Amino acid sequence: MSMSLVAASLAAAPSGGEKLPAPHIEYGQLAPMLIVFGAAVAGVLVEAFVGRRTRYYVQVPLAAVGLVAGFAWTIALAARDKPFHAAAMGAIGVDGPTLFVQGTILVLALVSLLLIAERQQGHFTAQAAALPGTEAEQEAEQLATAAGITQTEVFPLMMFAVGGMLMFPASNDLLTMFVALEIMSLPLYLLCGLARRRRLLSQEAAVKYFLLGAFSSAFFLYGTALLYGYAGSVRLSDIADQLSKDAGSETLMLAGLALLSVGLLFKIGAVPFHMWKPDVYQGAPTPITALMASCTLVAAFGALMRVYYVGFETLKWDWRPFMWGVAILTMVAGAVIAITQTDLKRLLAYSSVAHAGFLLTGMIAVTRDGLAGTLFYLVAYGFTTVGAFAVITMVRDAGGEAAHLSRWAGLGKRSPVVAGVFAFFLLAFAGIPLTSGFTGKFAVFKAAVEGHATPLVVVGVLSSAVAAFFYVRVIVVMFFSEPEADGPTVVAGPATAAAVALGVTATVVLGVLPQPMLDLAGHAATQMFVR
Amino acid sequence: MSPGHYLALSAILFTIGGVGVLVRRNAIVVFMCVELMLNACNLAFVSFSRMHGNLDGQIIAFFVMVVAAAEVVVGLAIIMTIFRTRRSSSVDDANLLKY
Repeated sequence: MSMSLVAASLAAAPSGGEKLPAPHIEYGQLAPMLIVFGAAVAGVLVEAFVGRRTRYYVQVPLAAVGLVAGFAWTIALAARDKPFHAAAMGAIGVDGPTLFVQGTILVLALVSLLLIAERQQGHFTAQAAALPGTEAEQEAEQLATAAGITQTEVFPLMMFAVGGMLMFPASNDLLTMFVALEIMSLPLYLLCGLARRRRLLSQEAAVKYFLLGAFSSAFFLYGTALLYGYAGSVRLSDIADQLSKDAGSETLMLAGLALLSVGLLFKIGAVPFHMWKPDVYQGAPTPITALMASCTLVAAFGALMRVYYVGFETLKWDWRPFMWGVAILTMVAGAVIAITQTDLKRLLAYSSVAHAGFLLTGMIAVTRDGLAGTLFYLVAYGFTTVGAFAVITMVRDAGGEAAHLSRWAGLGKRSPVVAGVFAFFLLAFAGIPLTSGFTGKFAVFKAAVEGHATPLVVVGVLSSAVAAFFYVRVIVVMFFSEPEADGPTVVAGPATAAAVALGVTATVVLGVLPQPMLDLAGHAATQMFVR
Repeated sequence: MSPGHYLALSAILFTIGGVGVLVRRNAIVVFMCVELMLNACNLAFVSFSRMHGNLDGQIIAFFVMVVAAAEVVVGLAIIMTIFRTRRSSSVDDANLLKY
């Protein structure tokens, strides 16, 4: 983290004797990340030393305590009066927007943890290494079921991923950001392949996510290398200084920024880098999809905004037209392709692509209002999407989740409450007033208009209308068609029900009484990102 | 040779890696091409480090090596499981998820 310092002392050190100065690390400010990573490492030890039967009862509280303690510490950091500054020799920025994003990630991860810890439905395979459809797999499955054992290695993996997500938006230099990106992604690649049912789809999702993710992070890294060549440092503030001096090779800078953007836009799933999203969301175990759709998106947006706001703010007249194009493509393509989808997880994946476009309109404004609107939208969308995926885990038939749209026909007559809740989430995605989706869209579109991006808002509203069509189509299928004779049943475990209840509560409260959260987001955005 | 030549070489390696990811069919080869891209980045970091006269770039190269090693561990595990299931590591055969 203290690279430049180490480098300087290495260069300056005479041949013998002199000690390396220790970097100054503000452990208090980094505590949320350290707590989550600590819980993850402790989870690995639990896997090694605690008996199979008791592991579940140790892992779940450990993960929950880690997330709650991290959240409490984040609140404590945010409540201090001291002005924010970059910690750990400038490698980690601890500021209003970052703390807001980190708090959001921790809360959403806690809700996703409820889904992951649900035992009644057994989302995860008993033995990932066993071949699907062989005796070895059936044996492992039967043994696990008979002994009441649940797969527990998902918990430390999830905590590592969440730790990386906390670090990603906080990274103030591009090397830290690259390392955080990998800490976040590597466990997620593995988690994608752990589904208990439809193993082939799950493994395929893992391979696709891994190959495309590694490809995109190579672009990110080459962009970092070119920017290092431009500025002589990977610190975002040094890059900004170099830009304001107008020195150095512009070619290196522009090429570096373009390659860096490819890596970041891949993570948020913006068109044309969205191809992984539907496949991975469909194939991954649904609780992991919920984690990715909420927390990863929030983290990636935080990082995207930090790079563009801190490193390249002076260049905004150059990158804005490019981002305009990406946002328009993302909104339109996400909404239009979603119309033809017949699998609900795939449909929500394309809807997530469209939402990434709406979020980009807020980010492009580069104003405090735009930042605050984007932050609010991230909270609102995160809760709604976790809730929606939680409902998908509940509707099941003999083969596991019945995610095909035709299987949901007549669900409104069979289980009106579940269908009603899902319809409510869909309306929130569509942005109907009195739901959080409306408030979020209003906040980002208002900021975009004030930032003179009216055409972008027109495209946004039109693609919202297109998106509303396929959300309503799902509602029509659920409520106005006859149920099949062998239709799916609703299995609601207590933890999943709790996750759905939290999602509904947040969606209603942020829709009816959005002011406290808007104030909080506005307050977080007053100082923007530290350099 | 001036550092500029090494930069040109790194760009060529990165391009070969990128094209390889797009045209090759075997998941292992695709993954090797990604590794080639990461190594091209390392070469660029080290050359820029030489040009700027500071050591940041060389230290970054170490970080990148560690990350690449971790990526190999995870990647080979994933490719192995799908190979054992399908008896093929071609990325064209993994085609259940579409549309």
